[in-house]
Amino acid sequence: MAIFLNENSKVIVQGMTGAEGTKHTKRMLASGTNIVGGVNPRKAGEKVDFDGTVLPVFGSVKEAMEATGANVTVIFVPPAFAKAAVIEAIDAEIELAVVITEGIPVHDTAYFWAHAVATGNKTRIIGPNCPGIISPGKSNAGIIPANIAGSGKIGLVSKSGTLTYQMMYELRDFGFSTAIGIGGDPIIGTTHIDALEAFQADDETVAIVMIGEIGGDAEERAAAYIKENVTKPVVGYVAGFTAPEGKTMGHAGAIVSGSAGTAQAKKEALEAAGVKVGKTPSETAALMREIMNAL
Amino acid sequence: MDLYEYQAKDLFAAHGVPVLPGDVATNPADAKAIAAKFGQPVVVKAQVKTGGRGKAGGVKLASTAEETEEKATAILGLDIKGHIVHRVLVTPASDIAEEYYFSFLLDRANRTFLAMASVEGGMDIEEVAATKPEALAKIHIDAIEGVDAAKAKEIADAANFPAEVKDQVIDTIVKLWETFVAEDATLVEVNPLVRDPQDKIVALDGKVTLDENASFRHPAHAELVDKAAENPLEAKAKEKGLNYVKLDGEVGIIGNGAGLVMSTLDVVAYAGEQYGVKPANFLDIGGGASAEVMANGLDVILGDEAVRSVFVNVFGGITACDAVANGIVKALEILGDEATKPLVVRLDGNNVEEGRRILAEANHPLVTVVDTMDNAAAKAAELAAAGV
Repeated sequence: MAIFLNENSKVIVQGMTGAEGTKHTKRMLASGTNIVGGVNPRKAGEKVDFDGTVLPVFGSVKEAMEATGANVTVIFVPPAFAKAAVIEAIDAEIELAVVITEGIPVHDTAYFWAHAVATGNKTRIIGPNCPGIISPGKSNAGIIPANIAGSGKIGLVSKSGTLTYQMMYELRDFGFSTAIGIGGDPIIGTTHIDALEAFQADDETVAIVMIGEIGGDAEERAAAYIKENVTKPVVGYVAGFTAPEGKTMGHAGAIVSGSAGTAQAKKEALEAAGVKVGKTPSETAALMREIMNAL
Repeated sequence: MDLYEYQAKDLFAAHGVPVLPGDVATNPADAKAIAAKFGQPVVVKAQVKTGGRGKAGGVKLASTAEETEEKATAILGLDIKGHIVHRVLVTPASDIAEEYYFSFLLDRANRTFLAMASVEGGMDIEEVAATKPEALAKIHIDAIEGVDAAKAKEIADAANFPAEVKDQVIDTIVKLWETFVAEDATLVEVNPLVRDPQDKIVALDGKVTLDENASFRHPAHAELVDKAAENPLEAKAKEKGLNYVKLDGEVGIIGNGAGLVMSTLDVVAYAGEQYGVKPANFLDIGGGASAEVMANGLDVILGDEAVRSVFVNVFGGITACDAVANGIVKALEILGDEATKPLVVRLDGNNVEEGRRILAEANHPLVTVVDTMDNAAAKAAELAAAGV
């Protein structure tokens, strides 16, 4: 089954003709994603050849959906234009919008999120500032390298891109139902809790890895959710134990403010909810390995 | 980016929030001249980006221009929680009838903004929130609807601002919201917001955090950066477009991806416990890891005199490990004799065998390749300890 993205997903790319969009459209196509077109109002009507796959460019998300039946959009447009691009996707009522763009002002993200809520949350938003989502062997919407791991029964949700890759690599012999990078910004669409809820409901997923990092209290809230609602085994990892207070560690949302948002507090909350938390990525993978071998 | 009080108040003034006049001095003589200009008494306030200035002796009243000079002498150079005072704000002393609290901030959990207001201001608001939560009104703000006079009244009512000043408070709240939105702030805080004996409302202090992701639409914000107070290594890294944070350890860290680098710091800290060494920095070189970026990163890290070894921890995702390995080899060529510290390299992921082969073939005397992140961290810590 996988979550949010599967073999029936028809994907369009907003910003397909830009440098990042072009590079990753090729990669997504190569990994078997059913990409049906791109959106760029200035290049509407043109066709673009991606190593033999010719994709049409549409003037809007709505036009692209009407012409192709697309239900997923991957957004690569630059930060200054990202707010308008996401709002366009929301207004077209596309099922899933994956916002890869890094560096979007948080006022813009708050605005498009409020717009999504005000219009009835018809579009699931993943990101921004995320690597996207992959259901190996089925579809890949974003920039996660498809060759790290194949399909399997582990669900993975992470704030960090490279830790997603690292964990997929460590557990590649088991494979993944879906791996989703939710992004490291202070305001994001899909949360750990949303992914946990979907993995819990997904027949294909038997165990879940959850990766968090300093900043905010999303991990603590996820821990409370796990305690009440998740019966599948969950293994956790939190990055940033050595991060100093008041310094942004790469991700805009990765900051310890006063005594809030520390890795220690997150680890303790997860452990109190019965989640086994690894001290390092490899120890976390080893904990999951034990669980998978016992199932 | 956090602003100094005087910068925050300049932004407030630009958006019509009532503030007192004031000027900044970097030496006692200038402080005296400012006091002479405004008339006395004045308050001399340390400009540091941390709280608790008053308790630390960083805020003093002066009743004459000479006394202003004395107080400025006492405050300039103070170390307040690790922040050295290089500037003081000299501002006319205000008579205070009541002290309130007000802020707009990000509410990450609810994915929107929050207004917090209290008629019990002046003290640490976290303390108010902990000991008297009913005295702190918290109102969610819809990011699209924003804060108009009606919303501001809802906030002022919730916090029980007195009737005599409520209209002024409402007006101030609207203007603080304008500041918050127009400047792309993630925090606008006034503590205290003061009612003087004539029932006039004034923002006596100000704290503003600006969203650096929004700097592309605020060219003027570049002038608010205090270059002199920046760590020189952090400034150098910023110039080269690198995401670097200086820490106080001995093991230099380079990695790709913020999460992996944070994780690397942790793993090095664990491994370093037995040797008494710690990570020296955070440095995320991003997905590309080209030779140039790698060389720039190494250059910054090797410029840190405390560094005794360097741990390069790269997961080849989008960029394959062979490209990363070539990047490391070329970076060492570029640096030549500048590269003097041992490098422990851990590569994993896409095309890892080829990457390791390239490093083995280059056989650089400074480079040790280790298979796993945990073992590489241990090796880097051991080498750092040996080099101390």
